[in-house]
Amino acid sequence: MAQHSYWQLFFSVYSKDVTLAFRQRSEIVNPLLFFLIVITLFPLAIGPEPALLKRMAPGIIWVAALLSTMLGLDKLFRDDYNDGSLEQLIASPYPLSLSVLAKVFAHWTITGLPMVLMAPMFALLMNLESQALGATVLTLLIGTPLLSFIGAIGAALTVGLQKGGILMSLLVLPLYIPVLIFATSAIDTSSMSLAYGGQLAILGAMLAVASVCAPIAISSALKVSVS
Amino acid sequence: MWKWLHPYAKAERAYQLCNTLMPYFAVITVVCLTVGWVWGLAYAPADYQQKDSYRIIFIHVPSAILSMGAYSSMAIAAIIALVWQIRNAELAVISIAPVGAAMTAIALITGAAWGKPMWGAWWVWDARLTSELILLFLYLGVLSLYHAFEDKKSAGRAACILAVVGVINLPIIHFSVEWWNTLHQGATITKFDTSAIDSSMLWPLLINIIAFAGFVGVVTLIRLKNEILQCERHRPWVRELVGRGE
Amino acid sequence: MQFDSLNEFLAMGGYGFYVWLSFGSCAAILLALFVSSLRDASKLRNEVRAQMKREERIKKAKQQEQV
Repeated sequence: MAQHSYWQLFFSVYSKDVTLAFRQRSEIVNPLLFFLIVITLFPLAIGPEPALLKRMAPGIIWVAALLSTMLGLDKLFRDDYNDGSLEQLIASPYPLSLSVLAKVFAHWTITGLPMVLMAPMFALLMNLESQALGATVLTLLIGTPLLSFIGAIGAALTVGLQKGGILMSLLVLPLYIPVLIFATSAIDTSSMSLAYGGQLAILGAMLAVASVCAPIAISSALKVSVS
Repeated sequence: MWKWLHPYAKAERAYQLCNTLMPYFAVITVVCLTVGWVWGLAYAPADYQQKDSYRIIFIHVPSAILSMGAYSSMAIAAIIALVWQIRNAELAVISIAPVGAAMTAIALITGAAWGKPMWGAWWVWDARLTSELILLFLYLGVLSLYHAFEDKKSAGRAACILAVVGVINLPIIHFSVEWWNTLHQGATITKFDTSAIDSSMLWPLLINIIAFAGFVGVVTLIRLKNEILQCERHRPWVRELVGRGE
Repeated sequence: MQFDSLNEFLAMGGYGFYVWLSFGSCAAILLALFVSSLRDASKLRNEVRAQMKREERIKKAKQQEQV
């Protein structure tokens, strides 16, 4: 085995998932559409006053982001589980946590990244000002991979179950709370033109911890689900 | 120590250990619960500020402490189960989870009933109440994950993984929620000597804490015995045991 | 004793509803958990017993067939 074979493994798993998603565009478009629709629902439900919307915007955007990442999570391991390639990944001599890392990264590219890119537009819908706009994009940039990592643990635990989807959201959503708190507080602070580096740093720290620990948890959960 | 501990990885020995421990826990629970409740309800002096409503503390604080204590012991059992692959530890996780969930529910209900006369609202989005609620979600997550699996072997492993993930997240959740909002009064018992509470109230509180701990012990042991029997039901020792009418 | 009469004890200085609500729900939850655990235990024993009886019946039937 050549020395760069770990990279090859990472890229082959990653590119397989991303290519599959691009062939079937709905996987990329649907979460985005869902994100947009949830954001649209809030002004209709609570009233169109710009001041009120501006106050609630960080929370609404982040709750919408949480829910739309949940959409893709169920499919993260389900297809591979059904066609048996997940079993092959587990049986392969390569570390499972590495291929899992690639899969989570692919999930983020498919659902998280488009959200980050579209976030400025959606933030404008909620009357967020330009300072808060930058914070929104930054928190989403750091926070959405974190959501993918945590969510993948739930997806791995429930992949062997028939009706895993709802159960997975029950398991995962409580674990999302710290991300939600720090991300929305960063946006709130930035809209008061204060420094929000601290919250971003904590989010970054959580991402660093999650990217090390989550693949281990995910791979052991997958082993339980497949066996 | 390993030589001493290892036999208890066997189901039969663990079952016998449960049987030996049970009477002690049962006696502690019955005695302390009776003394604690009567003392707390009838004999402890009324608080000068909160009057008699403070008596809720005698069940609120023990259940809150035990809700977290039960979660940590569940997580320790889960780590043991995952690292050393001990089936009995998995069963212990599943036996503690409902008891811990009940403790959390009691803490929440009594907290609400105390909050209404004191803060004027049944529910306040304060840091500790919120983390307690999230703790309940974590417990329910472990339980529903376990019951969702047909195969109880993988169900136990999956529940263990979730419990460990939860315990890693719990401090993060706790501190983030704390930082998010704090309205709750400070911890009642921090150190014994500088305790903010008078000894006439502290003693019944401590007795109640012991009583609740004993209750958690008793019910966990009963449930653990059930789980062991359930998964060993085809073994001869279980048949012998049931045949003897025990 | 902090209270002079039973009525005073039940009233809890005006906070009776809240105090008894929390103590009552606490007792109910503890009792429910305890009883359900015990009931599980007896149910499990009955199941094992039924299984044993069934196996014995099958054994007897087989023996009779052989005879």
